[in-house]
Amino acid sequence: MKIEKNKKYLLSKENISSLVQILQKQKFKTIAPVVKDETILYDEIQSIDELPIGMTDVHKAGSYSLKKRKDKALFGYNVGPQSCKKFLFPPKLTLLQTKKIDGKVTVIKSSDPVEKLALIGIKPCELSAILVQDKIFIEGDYVDSYYKQQRDNLFIVTTNCTETAYSCFCDSMKTGPEATKGFDLAVTELIDGKNHRFVIKTGSAAGVKVLSNIEGIALAPDDALALEEAKISSAKNKMGRSISTENLKELLLDNLNHPYWAEIQERCVSCGNCTMVCPTCFCSDILDETSLSGEDSKRTRLWDSCFSKDYSYIHGGVVRASIKSRYRQWLTHKFASWVDQFDTFGCVGCGRCIVWCPVGIDVTEEINAIEQDVEKMKPVEVEA
Amino acid sequence: MMLQSNNTAIKTELTNEPFVPVMYEIKRIQRETEDTFTIDLILPDKKKTNFRFKPGQFNSMFVHGCGEVPISISGNPIKNEKIVHTIRVVGTVTRAIRRLKVGEYIGIRGPFGSHWPVEKAVDKNVIIIAGGIGLAPIRPAVYHILEHREKYKDLSILYGARTPDDIIFKKELESIRGRFDIDLHVTVDRADNKWMGNVGVVPTLAKRITSDPSNSIAFVCGPEIMMRYSAVALQQYGMSLQDIYISLERNMKCGIGLCGHCQYTGKFICKDGPVYSYETVKDLLKTREI
Repeated sequence: MKIEKNKKYLLSKENISSLVQILQKQKFKTIAPVVKDETILYDEIQSIDELPIGMTDVHKAGSYSLKKRKDKALFGYNVGPQSCKKFLFPPKLTLLQTKKIDGKVTVIKSSDPVEKLALIGIKPCELSAILVQDKIFIEGDYVDSYYKQQRDNLFIVTTNCTETAYSCFCDSMKTGPEATKGFDLAVTELIDGKNHRFVIKTGSAAGVKVLSNIEGIALAPDDALALEEAKISSAKNKMGRSISTENLKELLLDNLNHPYWAEIQERCVSCGNCTMVCPTCFCSDILDETSLSGEDSKRTRLWDSCFSKDYSYIHGGVVRASIKSRYRQWLTHKFASWVDQFDTFGCVGCGRCIVWCPVGIDVTEEINAIEQDVEKMKPVEVEA
Repeated sequence: MMLQSNNTAIKTELTNEPFVPVMYEIKRIQRETEDTFTIDLILPDKKKTNFRFKPGQFNSMFVHGCGEVPISISGNPIKNEKIVHTIRVVGTVTRAIRRLKVGEYIGIRGPFGSHWPVEKAVDKNVIIIAGGIGLAPIRPAVYHILEHREKYKDLSILYGARTPDDIIFKKELESIRGRFDIDLHVTVDRADNKWMGNVGVVPTLAKRITSDPSNSIAFVCGPEIMMRYSAVALQQYGMSLQDIYISLERNMKCGIGLCGHCQYTGKFICKDGPVYSYETVKDLLKTREI
């Protein structure tokens, strides 16, 4: 049958397997979550057998572990410590090299090669994070050429969430549990007793082309669509965390001097883990390296964190010397100033910063605490 | 809160290759003070540069094997044959720049950032207040006004340095003092026995201004504390905060709003600043560690 854009089709597990093969035939390196180092990480896969079949990850504030599922779900995981950020915005990227001979310097532009990458089984929050970073790296005044080239060579198969973890709050950030844009294909895995099916939605011309290569597929029947809707809506109702985003920007920017920041400082160790696991954090630093002769020099871009003191260093001192000011910078950036900068929140509700915080600081609890405290301090109108 | 910006991004080849510097050759190095020098750059092989900038903008200067540092452009925006920076030695890269010799190369990315609103200042009295090295980013605005002197009304320059030895652009200041169309006042925090001029911090000079405050615009550049007290003095003199412009400084690494370091709540100082109207940043200036 003729595959069309924005239509939903029914696939079997074998069809998903063929999908991976088709992408490989089209010269895509197929990247998907795999079980590795007692976590679920992204790595290259050859077949769907390498997916974390029958495994899931259990989250708590400051805790992450793997657990066997009762079923053989292919996409039954949440989010691991790594995000897709590393594919488009690598932790380490050579920007350029220079050569100095007799005081004269020549620039050798770096051209780290990009690859055709197919990201398979990424969650809607992950996909949303890519869309957030698009705004920074390719939709502004200046374009990050590496990001742009890699982005143009990306194929995205997202998987809608039918379950949630303790740390999930995508519903609050309007980034899930169902992907609404930015994907080539979006899969919802449906397990109903022994009936293991997948509803797949086409989201782009490239997605239509790939799906057209799978033989014998049909439009998803009503019962599958009904089950899909029920499962996604059940996930939506089971968010582990939640915050109110209404007037959140104003709440935070109007309370930059709130005493609660000092309270968080008592717990935060300023390690920067939250920024390293965050799928949208985009700060970077430059490392200059020189050969012993001094002739060759290399500039490398590295991920940086607003939790380091050096981050805000200017001659004469550090602007954000206290931990509370650094935590405030991070949180107000994600949930307030990001809106001024890029017209979107900098948080997609993936919950990684909660899970990977060594002391279990929960950003949703901190926001709710500030909100409640501000609410409590509001003058009450008393009837005369 | 949204900060107003008067940034007009100049599209250059940097738009697509924002991390790649253009190499320039050092033509001249001139000592200003003990720790400050002015450096002129030209394109190698006598090629003509098409470098254009607006007063108050800055460049990222790159030294091979050492790193990059943001430095405001201190030259004349109308004369384009060379790029001029005035640099105070405060860190690794500025120290490395001072060690370079005429003929050696420096990489330039830029110009970046917003500029002093010289267009908005037309038909107004212009008051320039600078402290220390803060005169360097404001000098292009003085050049601009002097090149189009008939378009502006009174021009007052108030400049303060720590000691007489810390005064930069001495010869130029002396020649300006001889002009009848510029009102120049210089002060030092600490005098030596040869100093015959004013003593005291630069905001105290504000009372010398005689122009009509309701038709004035002020460009203020120096340490943050000096800019705050200058704004207070200008307010007392009768100006409104939206006519006072200041140039802020944060850790500007990439110059293009991608590395994150210079964030000032919703704004990137490197891209939306460094020049802001005082009105738009007055609340933030009162908040510590922003």
